[in-house]
Amino acid sequence: MKFLIVEDDEDAAKFLVKAFGEAGHNPIHVGDGESGLHLALTEQFDVFILDRMLPKLDGLSLLKQARAKAVNTPALILSALGAVDDRVEGLRSGGDDYLTKPYAFSELLARVEVLAKRTNNEENEAILTVGPLELNRLSREVVRDDEKILLQPREFRLLAYLMQNAGTVVTRTMLLEKVWDYHFDPQTNVIDVHISRLRGKIDKDFDEPMLMTIRGAGYKLQAPEVR
Amino acid sequence: MFSKVKSLFRVTAVRLSIIYTLIFGIIAVGIVFYMTGATVNVLREQYQASIDQEIDGLARVYNRGGVNSLVRTLDRRSRAPGANLYVVTTPQGQIIAGNVPRIKDRIMQKEGWTKRAFPYERYDDQSDREHRAIARVVEIPNGMRILVGRDIGEYEDVREIVGKGFKLAIGSMLALGLLTWFFVGRRALKRIDIVSKSSQRIMDGDKTERLPIIGVNDEFDRLSGSLNKMLDQINHLDDGVKQMSDNIAHDLKTPITRLRNKAEEAYALQSEPEVQQEKIADIIDDCEGIVKTFDALLMISRVETGSTVAKMEILDPSDLVGDVYELYEAVVEDAGKTITLNIKITEKAIINANRELLSQAISNLIDNAIKYGGEVITLSATSHERSLLIQVADNGTGIREEDRAKAVQRFVRLDQSRSKAGNGLGLSLVKAIAEMHKGKLELKDNKPGLLVEFTIPLKSV
Repeated sequence: MKFLIVEDDEDAAKFLVKAFGEAGHNPIHVGDGESGLHLALTEQFDVFILDRMLPKLDGLSLLKQARAKAVNTPALILSALGAVDDRVEGLRSGGDDYLTKPYAFSELLARVEVLAKRTNNEENEAILTVGPLELNRLSREVVRDDEKILLQPREFRLLAYLMQNAGTVVTRTMLLEKVWDYHFDPQTNVIDVHISRLRGKIDKDFDEPMLMTIRGAGYKLQAPEVR
Repeated sequence: MFSKVKSLFRVTAVRLSIIYTLIFGIIAVGIVFYMTGATVNVLREQYQASIDQEIDGLARVYNRGGVNSLVRTLDRRSRAPGANLYVVTTPQGQIIAGNVPRIKDRIMQKEGWTKRAFPYERYDDQSDREHRAIARVVEIPNGMRILVGRDIGEYEDVREIVGKGFKLAIGSMLALGLLTWFFVGRRALKRIDIVSKSSQRIMDGDKTERLPIIGVNDEFDRLSGSLNKMLDQINHLDDGVKQMSDNIAHDLKTPITRLRNKAEEAYALQSEPEVQQEKIADIIDDCEGIVKTFDALLMISRVETGSTVAKMEILDPSDLVGDVYELYEAVVEDAGKTITLNIKITEKAIINANRELLSQAISNLIDNAIKYGGEVITLSATSHERSLLIQVADNGTGIREEDRAKAVQRFVRLDQSRSKAGNGLGLSLVKAIAEMHKGKLELKDNKPGLLVEFTIPLKSV
């Protein structure tokens, strides 16, 4: 996938370009806001990765101008400012996700991949299907291999989010943000416990596991491998 | 000397005194002028009345006996001791009778009262003293003119006496005032100088120096007293900051040293790539832990200084507490403990709060209970008339009373063994969050165990 990285810190940018390249993506890097805006308006990208503080044109203004020209490419804003309301401001400027420096690359990668795969209708689809697993948002029913699975409301939302992003790694922080709407970092790994409960319901009684733990990154839901 | 005087004027007390004295002086001068003016006017009116009377008399004399009779009468009167001024002139202006050797033509030419007092000479007085008089001039039918006047020496004297007294009074008042200002001002300056010198010593680094208090409890003493209290507070905070940076240095040195050791080990493991990978993953985790500690520190100072200008919103406390409970319920069970939720909140109770921060505070409290508390954890939320009380209680060993204040300080971990993961910042953040919401955090005895009470004001409808 093709990413536009607008970042003025050369070292950070070099690292990102290399790491995204190794992850199989095609990152394009520019060092200032104006060149970033020019590229954003003239080329096609899957995701914009924008630093907030940039020379010539700051990240939020860049994004606002791009959005004003009907460029709807998903955007992730990187920022050293970590206060709660910086994020609100970032999202209000047309950002789709927000990440505070310093961050783990695995976190950034997971978020960008989720953004790149996102299409608007997916979020509103009534029925989500991943291999033998089916989730119906209207009847609030979950079925695997024709067996009904009973979930708590929060487990249902957790599974829906994982299914929406099936095949992509999602991190614990992303789950906490998207499913619980919390942006702080609980000291205990609360998400692990919820995942293991969910796994107990959707995987335990079946031969093939679908909900994978990706070490050092997060979780991934995918259809069982066909043997 | 000059600069001293100049600096004296910079003293507020002196400046105010000068302004007051000026205003007082102006009013006094006004009153004195008015009084003397009034007195003089009364005298003048009396004189004028007597002159009018005399002229009436003279007119009658003229009507009865003609010019000769008039001149005779005037002559007689002129010679009487303490007589008024009399002048009779021909239509051409020659003096033919009276007690004034010379008179200016312009005075005689104009009938009626002289506009102002005029100087004149007397036969009976050889001194240099200048005589002044007011007079009325009338023309009798044959064209001759008669002047009847009166010396105004008497009321001039009144004016002079008042003037002298007044000058003396103003002079001594000014002198006394200046003297008082000088001493009062100098005293004030001296006190200020002492305070400045003390502050200079404090600025130079003498943290024990305090501003002097003389004990007379005047405004200087009171000011010094409050400044001293402020200095104590600053010192206290300063010590806190020092203590904290010591703690930070210590608490970060340990994990960073450990990190270094692990990196060395990993470096040495070149022959065993798989073990090396594991080691490096471990190192990454450790780094994240350190970053989290810094984040937590930053978060606390942001919340404390209010620089987040955190978005406050109207929230239903039941939802807020319920959501955190839901997040932790499974975690508590997995830890082999139980958690109960008690919500006693009236329907109309709402709070104006930052959902993120408040949730994080409750989450930290539950987290602590899981790590350090007993088996049975209770999360309660109760609405009182004006406040919302959130309690997290457990039945563990609790915290000794003498340690409770310490427990909320940054980096303080009462668990000496430090067997559990944590950075000693959790309760500090909770306290900062409570204070940001104008609430408070209290640690109490749950008999047995710890009872943490988090109170924030309800939004009044």
